[in-house]
Amino acid sequence: MSVEGLLRLGDNTLVLGQRLSAWCGHAPALEEDIALANIALDLIGQTQLWLGLAAAREGQGRDADALAFHRDAWDFRNLLLVEQPNRDFGVTMMRQFLFDTWHLAALTALTEHADADISAIAQKAVKEVTYHRERSTDTVIALGDGTEESHTRMQSALDRLWPYVGEMFAGDDADLTDMAALRAPFDTHVTATLTEATLVRPASDFAHMGGKTGVRHSEHLGHMLATMQVLPRSYPDAKW
Amino acid sequence: MVATRAALDDVWDWLSKVPDPEIPVISVVDLGIIRDVAWQGDTLEVTVTPTYSGCPATAVINMEIENALRARGIDRITLKRQIAPPWTTDWLSDKGRAKLEAYGIAPPRPAGGPARCPHCKADTVERISQFGSTPCKAQWRCTACLEPFDYFKCI
Repeated sequence: MSVEGLLRLGDNTLVLGQRLSAWCGHAPALEEDIALANIALDLIGQTQLWLGLAAAREGQGRDADALAFHRDAWDFRNLLLVEQPNRDFGVTMMRQFLFDTWHLAALTALTEHADADISAIAQKAVKEVTYHRERSTDTVIALGDGTEESHTRMQSALDRLWPYVGEMFAGDDADLTDMAALRAPFDTHVTATLTEATLVRPASDFAHMGGKTGVRHSEHLGHMLATMQVLPRSYPDAKW
Repeated sequence: MVATRAALDDVWDWLSKVPDPEIPVISVVDLGIIRDVAWQGDTLEVTVTPTYSGCPATAVINMEIENALRARGIDRITLKRQIAPPWTTDWLSDKGRAKLEAYGIAPPRPAGGPARCPHCKADTVERISQFGSTPCKAQWRCTACLEPFDYFKCI
């Protein structure tokens, strides 16, 4: 019963962790490179916990690796936001800021979950994600209220990604917590940050849907999975 | 077989000599990641908590714990992973903190940053990045001696 909700959490961290790891060796400064790789590492670690629990609850003999590497795009339950391409550093950091703000609110709620295993993972992850949100918030402010070039890029990133915000709060029975209830704390933090960053929140709250239900992922997910999954699919019995 | 069980005090002592693979100056006991040691029948159960959920050192740490105990003649070992309550730098021993600073890594502080430069001891320090060479560290620098240094993040 909780497997679908666990997949949603684990697929979010897996897909975003994979996206961020592509910056390794390419970020605009060494410190940013190290930071993005560390955040990717935290997210992949959280993935092992969420997908490990999903696999155990599912009871079909699969493990976290089997779920990560041997499912196809339509089986993934991540938000459309996290599968969006990295594009420039501004888009990557804006995506991170929007996700971190939702993620921290979601994990905070999940620390109180009645299921002890779910609560334990949330308690572990919330510490790491508090740190992620602090950093992406600082970066959005620094670049938004930075040079003309950085400001333009951050506003463009916000305009591009805003249509993917609504899906984070569109809940159903498979979710492990009430997603709609997370919108108020999300809006409070985002509004305060955007004001400080001199960025303008887009007027339309139109939202693309279909990632967390698996009904309609964007074309970007399949390409990402092809890169991520090719090795274990080509050599399914390979061991480190 | 009961007669061959090692005393738990001895086990703790052996574990206190197992170094952290990334920061070899402190042990896994100093780091506060060994949560419990207990005999279950003739099997020694060691409860270990990860520092960060994705820390790649975790697998190496588990291997080193097993190797150290096997070297002492304990053949039946199970490592139990426990993630709640989550690891906190409050569990770092005082001895561990002192060793970190002597090694050039500023120990964690609830105030959110290092108290002073681990090299010249000046209190004029500034953050370079919230992240560093391992998940548990951030990069800072001293504006007095100009040396960069690692700060052990407080979580």
